[in-house]
Amino acid sequence: MAFRLEIVTPEGKAFADDVSGVVLPGALGEMGVLASHANLVSTLEPGELRYTREGHTHELAVGSGFVEITGNHVNVLTDMAIGAEKIDEGVVEAALARAQERLKGAGDLTSEEVAATEASILNSIVQLKLKRKRRTI
Amino acid sequence: MPSTRDIRRRIKSVKNTAQITKAMQLVAAAKMKKAQDAATNGRAYADLMNRVLVSLKERADEGVHPYFSEGKGEKELVVVISADKGLCGALNTNLVKKVITAVTSADADFITVGKKGAQQLARMKRNLLADFTIKDPARFAELRSVGVFVQEKFLSGEYRCVRVAFTNFVNTVTTVPAVEQLLPVNPVTLGGKRSYEGGTGMGEPNDATAQAATDYSFEPSVREVFEKVLPQYVNNTLFQMLLEARASEHSSRMVAMKNATDNAKQMIKDLTLEYNKVRQAAITNELLEITTAKMALE
Repeated sequence: MAFRLEIVTPEGKAFADDVSGVVLPGALGEMGVLASHANLVSTLEPGELRYTREGHTHELAVGSGFVEITGNHVNVLTDMAIGAEKIDEGVVEAALARAQERLKGAGDLTSEEVAATEASILNSIVQLKLKRKRRTI
Repeated sequence: MPSTRDIRRRIKSVKNTAQITKAMQLVAAAKMKKAQDAATNGRAYADLMNRVLVSLKERADEGVHPYFSEGKGEKELVVVISADKGLCGALNTNLVKKVITAVTSADADFITVGKKGAQQLARMKRNLLADFTIKDPARFAELRSVGVFVQEKFLSGEYRCVRVAFTNFVNTVTTVPAVEQLLPVNPVTLGGKRSYEGGTGMGEPNDATAQAATDYSFEPSVREVFEKVLPQYVNNTLFQMLLEARASEHSSRMVAMKNATDNAKQMIKDLTLEYNKVRQAAITNELLEITTAKMALE
């Protein structure tokens, strides 16, 4: 049975289609969702999201956010959603290094800037993890 | 009758004005494209978040989170998001007019983002709490300080509700000033029309929420979910409103400058016609004088 999965980021709709299953990086660990799941709201940690559409499994790197599961709709709201094929390792590594550099000289950053930088570091790490996992297979 | 020299001078000055407005139009058009894209792309996220939280609010227990119910105070807090610069048609005026009609209580406190709104409210001797300036293009990190300030104020219990005045971006020629309630969580219209129905407590819920009549379970817990999601909701909704306002600003400026350029061009045309008429009249006059003088001599 299929259900509707929507992944929305501030940059726009990242994904909206019928899928047969999805695995989400929930706050209490990985969480698999199939059709007719009970209504649930959960926060999401930066991590890997896998969905199965027509027998094929696809992977996305997602940032923190939350998910609403109601009836046959799964709405994922997150600040990042990138497919493995779109991740450029070099670019992400450079971004990670830049963010860490910024955090070192954190004296002149406001608490908000520190939080934003830390979030971007987490997102970069998640992207690298996903990309490297794919390569070793 | 003005002399040809006067008209020439006027044509020159109108030409200069046209050149300036044309340049401003091109700059605004370039910025407009980016601002419009940002506003339309962010709308899906803000709309979905609003819809989810409104439906959760209806099912959540009273007092599960302070953002779901009105504050104890009597006053209203109003955030006014206006442009920093003028020359964008009636955008700022319309926004302030809307604020005056929508905010009836005299002791409402204001927070402004953007200089124009701050100036007008100060002139009306309204109570300004803070004035934020956010660069263009807007960055989320910058707006966060506004969101944090607003939430602190609301949590202090001094205010009944927080409302935001901004200009909704519908399309390049249509921008609509709006005052929407940010806190407590309430259905919000972004981009001129709401993407979903219901949520007001009276309308029929859409298919996504129709099956959700039963209660939700929460992970890790109700409190933790709301504590994480609601501050994000406030910041993100504010940011989306700012994006709408910016898209409207650049669109109205582009349109205003295009009109100014067109008007200047029309004026140049009229003045040139006038100039030619005067010049022709002078020549005819001169000829007339010469022929009469000649006839008198004969």
